[in-house]
Amino acid sequence: MLNRLTESLNFQSQALVLRAERQRLIASNIANADTPGYQGREIDFAAALREATGGGATRAALATTHASHAAPAAAATAETRLLYTTPAQPNLDGNSVDMDRERASFVDNAVKYEATLRFINGSVRTMLDAIKGGQ
Amino acid sequence: MSLLNIFNVAGSAVSAQSQRLNVVASNLANADTVAGPDGQAYKARQVTFQTQLMGQLGAAGVKVSTISENDAPGRRVHDPKHPSADAEGYVTYSNVNAVEEMVNMISASRSYQNNVEVMTTAKSLLLKTLQLGQS
Repeated sequence: MLNRLTESLNFQSQALVLRAERQRLIASNIANADTPGYQGREIDFAAALREATGGGATRAALATTHASHAAPAAAATAETRLLYTTPAQPNLDGNSVDMDRERASFVDNAVKYEATLRFINGSVRTMLDAIKGGQ
Repeated sequence: MSLLNIFNVAGSAVSAQSQRLNVVASNLANADTVAGPDGQAYKARQVTFQTQLMGQLGAAGVKVSTISENDAPGRRVHDPKHPSADAEGYVTYSNVNAVEEMVNMISASRSYQNNVEVMTTAKSLLLKTLQLGQS
């Protein structure tokens, strides 16, 4: 019974974890804006969230059609989600961080993180209201 | 906790940029240094950044890997009356290019500001996360 109450929170909490992860990636990119040879990292947020919440297989899943086939490793997901950014204006020192884009992504991600927090707060309040029965 | 790691990442960048600013300050301070008795004038220094992995996947901080000296010959000015003039009447000044150093300073200062802002945003997001479910 209780897990049906908290079921709706799972999706939002996964989203929150991914938002925090993306925030960390963008912070790394901004920190390394002057490092020669650094390649910017980014995640495909929609695909990562689909993967984390188990809604549909986004990666080509290996079919195990024989008993001796090894099962595909599930732990490698975080590694495969990480992508590299392509520079709009390539630098001579091999750095692919585009500061304008990173700043925009950073603000965008921060706002969406806050939005997710509000969604969670909202459903917590709804649950508390239901428990109290409008008292 | 990804958001807490942002402080490590942005902190390392702030520290590296302040080291760069420090080097720029010593270069500018020594812009008009003349060669001492050994005939060696001050040589302009420059920092090189390097990515530093911060444990977690995708968290990349930055550190100063080397401080290199510019080997370009110093500026030579004909001034026979100068106490440090050599046998031909030339005084060797340091090889600091003030314009280059100013540009370097502005770049370091902007990067510093960017990283401070990253930390401010991460802090406000963390504080809001701590208040999750309250009121």
